[in-house]
Amino acid sequence: MTAPAGGLPVQKLPTGIPSFDVIAKGGLPKHRTTLLSGTAGSGKTVFAMQFLSAGIRDAGDAGVFVTFEESAADIRTNMRSFGWDLERWERERKLAFVDASPDPDVDVIQSGSFDLGALLARVQHAVRKVGAARVSVDSLGAMFSQFSDQAVVRRELFRIASALKEMGVTAVLTAERSEDYGAVARFGVEEFIADNVMILRNVLEDESRRRTIEILKFRGTDHQKGEVPLTIVPAGGMVVIPLSAIQLRQRSSDVRISSGNRDLDAMCGGGFFRDSVILVSGATGTGKTLTVTQFLQGGAESGERCLLLAFEESREQLFRNASGWGIDFEAMERDGKLRVVCDYPEVTGLEDWLLAIQGIVQEFKPTRVAIDSLSALERVGTVKAFREFVIGITSFLKHQEITGLFTSTTGSLMGGSSITETHISTLTDSIILLRYVEMYGRMKRGITVLKMRGSMHDKDIREFTIDGAGMHLGRAFRHVTGILAGAPVHLTPGDIERVWSEVQSDGERERRAADEG
Amino acid sequence: MSGSELQGGPLPHYKLMLYVTGNTPNAAAAIANLERICEQELRGRYDLEIIDVLEHPQLAEDEKILATPTLIKRVPPPLRRVIGDLSDTRKVLLGLELPPAAMAPGAEGVHP
Repeated sequence: MTAPAGGLPVQKLPTGIPSFDVIAKGGLPKHRTTLLSGTAGSGKTVFAMQFLSAGIRDAGDAGVFVTFEESAADIRTNMRSFGWDLERWERERKLAFVDASPDPDVDVIQSGSFDLGALLARVQHAVRKVGAARVSVDSLGAMFSQFSDQAVVRRELFRIASALKEMGVTAVLTAERSEDYGAVARFGVEEFIADNVMILRNVLEDESRRRTIEILKFRGTDHQKGEVPLTIVPAGGMVVIPLSAIQLRQRSSDVRISSGNRDLDAMCGGGFFRDSVILVSGATGTGKTLTVTQFLQGGAESGERCLLLAFEESREQLFRNASGWGIDFEAMERDGKLRVVCDYPEVTGLEDWLLAIQGIVQEFKPTRVAIDSLSALERVGTVKAFREFVIGITSFLKHQEITGLFTSTTGSLMGGSSITETHISTLTDSIILLRYVEMYGRMKRGITVLKMRGSMHDKDIREFTIDGAGMHLGRAFRHVTGILAGAPVHLTPGDIERVWSEVQSDGERERRAADEG
Repeated sequence: MSGSELQGGPLPHYKLMLYVTGNTPNAAAAIANLERICEQELRGRYDLEIIDVLEHPQLAEDEKILATPTLIKRVPPPLRRVIGDLSDTRKVLLGLELPPAAMAPGAEGVHP
């Protein structure tokens, strides 16, 4: 293999690290060297090894791991927990180590000038031996501490980096940083050794750890900017959680599915869209969990598999609620149409929740997923992390053509909006509001479809009641205004006529304009 | 007369390996310096093997050699490694565990 000639666009090598290739817009620049800098514990070695293991497993690319710090034996042991059987790959000649870790038992005496020709020869030999397409070097900083002559180390690292390029391999070189926000790397020269620079961070933010990766520079090619969250999971390693990118590839479905309530379907112009995400917002007791229950029942009835992620109520309570509305969750579960996952949102961080949910979805393969409530998850992380979670889960569900129904609890009983809404309303396709309405001294419930992306929908605020058979939609509130603001004002028949005639004349004008146009 | 000879017993035999990279000036200097020191201090009781890591990278891998030139003394124990062009004779003698007093007067190392 040879390095690409000048003038050719830089090719990308898909790494196979989940979602990393999305933020890297295709992968790491091929036949180039990329510096991965990070503080202690930021996951450099994991990335460096995962780059190789994903190549071996998914792309048939052999790899060479050059270790300057930990011994090869330690790495074999440490990486086993991620499910990477390095020894097997070494036997199968898919992976080779160049163990350049210091030997504490041997004193090295220096007498005169030297170079690292042997190291370079070993790297080249290992690359040839397994036919490697990928090389990881971990870490450059350890090389500086092994030899006292920094100028020699610097010169030799440059030589090794350019030799890697000549060999046509794609390489990841790791380097240490002393702080998460500061100089790119400790010795100040590492960033000049490689073509590209990426940074891993592990920052303590509001008492929780936040891991991110940032692509600082890809010479001559495009990438996403800014920090992108990631997590490291025991069975698989690093998973990057991209935000906007995957939304671009989503298909938009015209297929309608039932909300589980015929009246609500009618309000939505014929049901929800197959791959849409719907937010149901309301104060406590307005009927959010009922809307969810109906949605699941509607799915089970048409033979779909449904997943409920419940973060507020216990399993027993959810099943009791459902049977109170004439819906048999137990039977649905027995038939394999329903899975209910109840947990405290606090048990893990939002990044891990996202992965856990993705895992359950990939295993159970539902076509409907309900989260009751999203507001409960809001407590777990920062506002930023929450928004990233919602973006992540929304794009994941849409990608799989799964209908998502999330609930959000508003703080005030009358009207109002929740933090959840503020942050995610633009991300969802449809918004349904459930509100308490005070009517002549009595509490009534109102429902309205605030937004229905890509479809006509009923703009009325309609009264609804709840009984042993579920939700029943009634007439629109005609004599009252200000419901959504939480301050209903009852209008006299005169007001109503005036407003109505204005609405009609608006319509008339639009029609005329359309005719003339 | 070296100190160990006065204590009696046979003088130990040395097995030395010198790892170099091709025909670099460092390699040439290291070979010249080492041969001179061995002839002066270890005449008739050493084996020297010169290994070019470009020709035998697997040997370099097995021995975990990073720098070239690297001199390895395994026999007699303990294991010692000296890196560099071996121009600092005092350091080489230290690595070979030969007393510095044995150094011939006027012995100057060759620099590349």
